[in-house]
Amino acid sequence: MNEILNAIVVLSNYVLIPAVAYGSQLALGALGVTLIYGILRFSNFAHGDTMAFGAMATILVTWLFQSWGISLGPLPTALLAIPFGIMATAALLLTTDRLVYRFYRQKKAPPVILVIVSMGVMFVMNGLVRFIIGPNDQRFADGERFIISAREFKKMTGLSEGLAFKTTQGITIVTAIIVVITLFWFLNRTRTGKSMRAFSDNEDLALLSGINPDRVVMVTWIIVAALAATAGALYGLDKSFKPFTYLQLLLPIFAAAVVGGLGNPVGAIAGGFVIAFSEILITYPLKRVLKYLLPENLEPSTLVQLLSTDYKFAVSFTILIIVLLFRPTGLFKGKSV
Amino acid sequence: MMTEPFLIGEGMTGGYGTGADILHECTIAVNPGEIAVIVGPNGAGKSTAMKAIFGMLNIHKGAIRLDGEDITHMSPQGRVAKGMAFVPQTSNTFTSLTVEENLEMGAFLRRDDINVTMEQIFDLFPILRDKRKQAAGELSGGQRQQVAVGRALMTQPKVLMLDEPTAGVSPIVMDELFDRIIEVARTGISILMVEQNARQALAIADKGYVLVQGANRFMGSGADLLADPDVRKSFLGG
Repeated sequence: MNEILNAIVVLSNYVLIPAVAYGSQLALGALGVTLIYGILRFSNFAHGDTMAFGAMATILVTWLFQSWGISLGPLPTALLAIPFGIMATAALLLTTDRLVYRFYRQKKAPPVILVIVSMGVMFVMNGLVRFIIGPNDQRFADGERFIISAREFKKMTGLSEGLAFKTTQGITIVTAIIVVITLFWFLNRTRTGKSMRAFSDNEDLALLSGINPDRVVMVTWIIVAALAATAGALYGLDKSFKPFTYLQLLLPIFAAAVVGGLGNPVGAIAGGFVIAFSEILITYPLKRVLKYLLPENLEPSTLVQLLSTDYKFAVSFTILIIVLLFRPTGLFKGKSV
Repeated sequence: MMTEPFLIGEGMTGGYGTGADILHECTIAVNPGEIAVIVGPNGAGKSTAMKAIFGMLNIHKGAIRLDGEDITHMSPQGRVAKGMAFVPQTSNTFTSLTVEENLEMGAFLRRDDINVTMEQIFDLFPILRDKRKQAAGELSGGQRQQVAVGRALMTQPKVLMLDEPTAGVSPIVMDELFDRIIEVARTGISILMVEQNARQALAIADKGYVLVQGANRFMGSGADLLADPDVRKSFLGG
């Protein structure tokens, strides 16, 4: 019996909990990508760096609060700073739209042009973030490190394996749930939210109904800013903040959005978890789980690690390609790419 | 002198973008409570004439007036605010939104209580009341047309413009839809309609326009056109 419990604990500690936290971050990122795709009708390659910018703004405000001696006790101060990070990101995105995207929208540029434009925006944002905060690792987490630490867990349960639940993981999951509920309430229950869905569904008919496209675009960018800054700050809090990692996050985020079905918010969330679980499960050495489950003589001699962690991005890539080949509209009905 | 019609597109000449002219001195008019129908062979510019009146193409000659006001250069959205509603031939519902949300979006510009209008539309199309929580994309073709007309009526328009409302629906559904359109006209709304099913459409029309190559060929009351041997021979198959 203890063997099975130990196996479950190991699996939870190294796979389930990290995957749920990582999946939440990907889901928030993919929601932003999918909203832009559905409403503004292009794949926004600058989304990773938008997240980096949001995280950076949050970090700067966190440091300011820390220097003033403001804290949230056991919770990280960054939580207080996220709203300011969102505002800064919204300002950045609205300015970018005014200076760059609006020009192409008025010319009715095809999506492929907007994609290339967004790459340009990506490089600018990337440079901006490095210029302001530098290319190095930044730590800004404070407060209690663990909700449950491995040692406490072992003492509590008497099991030989420990289970650690980091505060940042808990916060990531709770925040993601709150953000997602708020977003769906907004999209399905409010007049503005419904008009955004209508605009995404049928732009011409939305115009015939008197829906103001400029307002839809503005509200979309603000929501995207909130999602990106929150996702970026949570990711930075959970791992650590380094501008370059956000560029790399673009691949799993796009994979999540495409796997779920581009333009479909429910799909983005499902896709985020599919990608996160696959990535972590395939790169985790399962030997530690199997040694509890299998009889002694069958115990695997290798690590049973399907892929080295260095190749984790290959996992999202592979899933992305499989989905595009066999189900281009994604798991949930999205627009085909 | 005759009094000016409520809505008139007078001597319209123009086409899409900078392309060739499709309409040539085309005139279409409708009065409150009237049903005006535009018929004609394929490619005669029927839908184009309607879109011109709604401001969706460039008119370089002629004028469009609504209740005496010149709206020739007004955007389609502006015309919606002025009380014109347009039901396109295709993609005329928000397929991923529920029936109720489709109607709500139709009333997007209104700030007053829309529930009364929505009830009226459910009275007009009772099937929509049962399907109000269903996505419009899941409905049958005829039901979807009802949603499309309902969405347009939510603005409480003075003019309702329908581009081939019976395209792709069965004859029974067509008759049903025409009955509903007559009901709408009785409330005092002007109806301007492009129709492929010329005979049935002219039967309910107060006014008919037969277009050929972007120009008026015949016009008159629906009954007169149906009785006219020339019209019968060339457009109604004898």
